[in-house]
Amino acid sequence: MSVVDVLVVGAGPAGLAAGIEVAKRGGRVCVVDRNLEPGGQLVKQIHKFFGSREHHAGVRGVDIAAQLLEEARALGVTLRLGWEVFAIRPGHAVDIVQAVADDATGGAGDAPTERFDARSVVLAAGAEENALQFEGWTLAGVMGAGAAQTLINVWRVRPGKRVLMVGAGNVGLIVTYQLLQAGVTVAAIIEAAPRIGGYGVHAAKIRRAGVPILTSHTILRAEGVECVEGAVVAQVDGTWCPIEGTERRFDVDVICVAVGLHPNTRLASLAGCRLVFSPALGGWVPLHNAFLETTVPGIYVAGDAAGIEEASTALEEGRLAGIAAYERLRDVDAEGHAEIAAIQRRLDDLRGGPFCGGIRAAKSALQTTGETPCPAT
Amino acid sequence: MPGNLSQDGYLSLDELRSAPGVPSHDRMRRGPVAVIECVQEIPCNPCEAACPHHAIRVGTPITNCPVLDPEKCTGCGLCVTQCPGLAIFVVDLSRSGETAAVTLPYEYLPLPEAGELVDVVDRSGEVVGRGRVLRAATTRATDRTAAVTVEVAREHGMNVRGIRREEVDGNGHDR
Repeated sequence: MSVVDVLVVGAGPAGLAAGIEVAKRGGRVCVVDRNLEPGGQLVKQIHKFFGSREHHAGVRGVDIAAQLLEEARALGVTLRLGWEVFAIRPGHAVDIVQAVADDATGGAGDAPTERFDARSVVLAAGAEENALQFEGWTLAGVMGAGAAQTLINVWRVRPGKRVLMVGAGNVGLIVTYQLLQAGVTVAAIIEAAPRIGGYGVHAAKIRRAGVPILTSHTILRAEGVECVEGAVVAQVDGTWCPIEGTERRFDVDVICVAVGLHPNTRLASLAGCRLVFSPALGGWVPLHNAFLETTVPGIYVAGDAAGIEEASTALEEGRLAGIAAYERLRDVDAEGHAEIAAIQRRLDDLRGGPFCGGIRAAKSALQTTGETPCPAT
Repeated sequence: MPGNLSQDGYLSLDELRSAPGVPSHDRMRRGPVAVIECVQEIPCNPCEAACPHHAIRVGTPITNCPVLDPEKCTGCGLCVTQCPGLAIFVVDLSRSGETAAVTLPYEYLPLPEAGELVDVVDRSGEVVGRGRVLRAATTRATDRTAAVTVEVAREHGMNVRGIRREEVDGNGHDR
């Protein structure tokens, strides 16, 4: 059994930032990630990020991952890659199992397990894509936009020749642009809502590249025998019902689904953290206070696992959770902690503007649900 | 050109006219100048630091839309490759003859070469004519975003926002 001050689950922007803050303060910290490559979703974000300089604005996501990793390694953060948490027991005993065999074991025999005795835990396991059911949705060629993005940007494999993108939020718009960059044709983006959900500048990039965006349209079915050969879409009315006679067929071999994300709450649920439902945050989310502590003392949550947002907010939440999770061990008054206050201010700024208004309100609503998650340290 | 950013995905001429980052037609006739097509209050400000002439202001909060000072702007184009949204262009209507020069951010490979003839497209992706590439520049500082300057018919200086080449971007070889 290994003893650590803080065990972090997830090596994306939130998890790496948390690990860095703990290590900076001299704490023993281990970051566990089921993937062999750290960085979370950053490793496939080949576009330049928005935000301000302190949030790496103008830097491509994949390069931000490299910077974070270098900083974490230089500070002595331990990384357990290809390992997965399968139990969080009372008192923060955390069991992990090797999920991806490395070359040494070759995958033979039972997967090795190991126990950590952690004084605090930060859950930064990110998000999962929402699914969309329609006729033919199990055909080969129907995939999440995230899968298509992994194929082109990590593995350099085109998912197909012609794509229909379902969903005009930022993920749908950005992945469309990256498919074009990879030499894949995108026949159209459809969006059930009457308006484009993502940033106008992302939409403008793919519009001038010749991709139509059909708002108030839904997918009726995927056609094909063994794999996708076409997609039929239709316009929807004000009650989201398809309008007869508006069907259109697109000759495509890939249908990408980009209809939102929801927080990955499995470990929080396993650990007994109370979950609350918040549409603005993407669905069920662990109830947490302003220091990101859940209803289970010593278990913190950060990044998309604490509500769907951006990489910039994930970085800030990771920093905050790392500091709070470590400082509580030393009885430092978190409320009086200048660094935490500064991060909270920056988060508040990032959540300003019409695109983030719902998030700011939803985050503060968590703190006024009438239940005290965990008394502030 | 119709259009409405949140409906069609590109800016209408009306939306452009009221954008604080878009200079007057008169200023464009006096020489190259940045045209910042960023009208949504999103948290982003690299353009402000990119400008060596302090001609772009975002300030606080970071969700402010960028405001261009057209008198300070020299049209150098450094901001074009620094905007993560690829939303800044440089338009020059001061050229002799019936042409305009439009500098646009470009992230497809291979890059065009000077002298190459390309289709030029408007904000909606419609081909509005042909243009000649004057320059396609990347440096270490532009981090793989090229600034491509294309010579187009003068009346399209405020319309052309992209180039289309066979066999390059995914939708180039399909229509």
